[in-house]
Amino acid sequence: MSRVIRGAVVAVLALALLPACGGGGGSGSGKTVVVGSANFPENVLLAQIYAQALQAKDVTVDVKANIGARELIYKQIESGGLSVLPEYNGALLAYLDKTATATSTEDVNAALKAKLPAGLAILNSSKAEDKDALNVTRATADKYSLKTIEDLKAGAKDLILGGPPEFKTRQQGVVGLKDVYGLEFKEFRSLDTAGPVTVAALSKNDIQVANLFTTDPAIAVNNFVVLDDPKNLFSSQNVTPLINKAAVDSAAQTVLNNVSEKLDTPTLTQLMRQVAVDKKDPDTVAKNWLKSAGLV
Amino acid sequence: MSGAFDWLFSSAQWSGVDGIPTRLAEHLYYSVVALLLAVVIAVPLGLLIGHTNRGGFLVVNLANAGRALPTTGVLLLVVVIVGIGFLPVVIPLMALAIPPILVNTYEGIRQVEPELVDASRGVGLRERQVLSKVEIPVALPLILLGIRTAALQIVSTATIAAFVGLGGLGRYIFDGLARQEYQTVIGGAILVVALALLTELLFVGVQRLLVSPGLRSR
Repeated sequence: MSRVIRGAVVAVLALALLPACGGGGGSGSGKTVVVGSANFPENVLLAQIYAQALQAKDVTVDVKANIGARELIYKQIESGGLSVLPEYNGALLAYLDKTATATSTEDVNAALKAKLPAGLAILNSSKAEDKDALNVTRATADKYSLKTIEDLKAGAKDLILGGPPEFKTRQQGVVGLKDVYGLEFKEFRSLDTAGPVTVAALSKNDIQVANLFTTDPAIAVNNFVVLDDPKNLFSSQNVTPLINKAAVDSAAQTVLNNVSEKLDTPTLTQLMRQVAVDKKDPDTVAKNWLKSAGLV
Repeated sequence: MSGAFDWLFSSAQWSGVDGIPTRLAEHLYYSVVALLLAVVIAVPLGLLIGHTNRGGFLVVNLANAGRALPTTGVLLLVVVIVGIGFLPVVIPLMALAIPPILVNTYEGIRQVEPELVDASRGVGLRERQVLSKVEIPVALPLILLGIRTAALQIVSTATIAAFVGLGGLGRYIFDGLARQEYQTVIGGAILVVALALLTELLFVGVQRLLVSPGLRSR
């Protein structure tokens, strides 16, 4: 649901980006690097960050933001229609290998490297992660002194967990919370995918624990507490550049690795807040951050 | 499609919290409460403005504007204000049901022949009796049609309860979509359609019982 809303927001923003999507390769002798993105705001923002960082190092860049779901854009980068995509390592691995079990950043990346076709490669993962997490209100965190998912052990039987319907039946959800952490909640409520219903239910205390994504600006806005996942139940979702090797030379790869070096979850959350809450143009948000990080 | 029927008729679906009887009962509960509340609000209001013939323009236009409200929009708005629960489900369903009941009641009363009303006053009926003995019986087919339209819309829309974490037959549709179990989605949809048809039949029966034989041919 939230992806849909975000998508709608970005559809509008994308109109502003259209001029940037015009014919590329107007100048310079080097090949044009085409930066694509999926159709949700965070991915569009990341594509802008990659594109502007590359432009600053005199790489000719064409941006094709807000294209569609992974199924669509992955095929494009495989065929060479796109050169760079901001990806999430865990989700990409799950897409390539439905039976994958790796969850830590290192394991996921190792498995990914084995699964990717010869023409594609991932560059260095950033510390920024947009992954599933359990969230509680500040009041609940204080009441049960919660810092990690393990701390829920004593209180879980009194607490209602809420999340998207599929959270109830998948391993990285209710099933794994029981298997890995031994948690059984009082009840599971099927809500939306980290959208307005889940956020409202948590802030009104209709549910006490909610499945939200780590870079969701609603977490900061509502002062929710993200519980750590010491046993890596939820797979890593590090923002990682996926490249078509033929289209991205080593100088450009270094630029992208430098971006990954500077990006972490609080930074990305802060940038997303500017886009989703303050309604700033992703173009401008990307530019300001690159400047402050010394990347342009 | 055949998977949907396997799902519908497997014994596992007919018991437990997520079983069809429970979900059907929840669905009926939301529908009946929302319809009763809508009737309690819309019928007296429609009778009043129809009988006095005052404020009709305003009320009918407000009601028709209400029809344009997107149901999920109202649902989300109420959820954001009061949190999840029964209220956010009942309010949009009522908003959906009030316009047809109100407009049909008002129009039904207004279209009673003025001669008939004059004649009933002439034979000495009080205003209250004019309404209850003449206007309501004559307008009843239209009033019932309004309630029937509303009931049908409520039954088919009560699936949105599942969108905010409640039960009802919508649970199968939303959960099935999220988990890519499409036989569950289709099975749930078939149940909603069946329930809507039953509702329709029920109202046809009610209409036969309540409407005066002299008016039936209309």
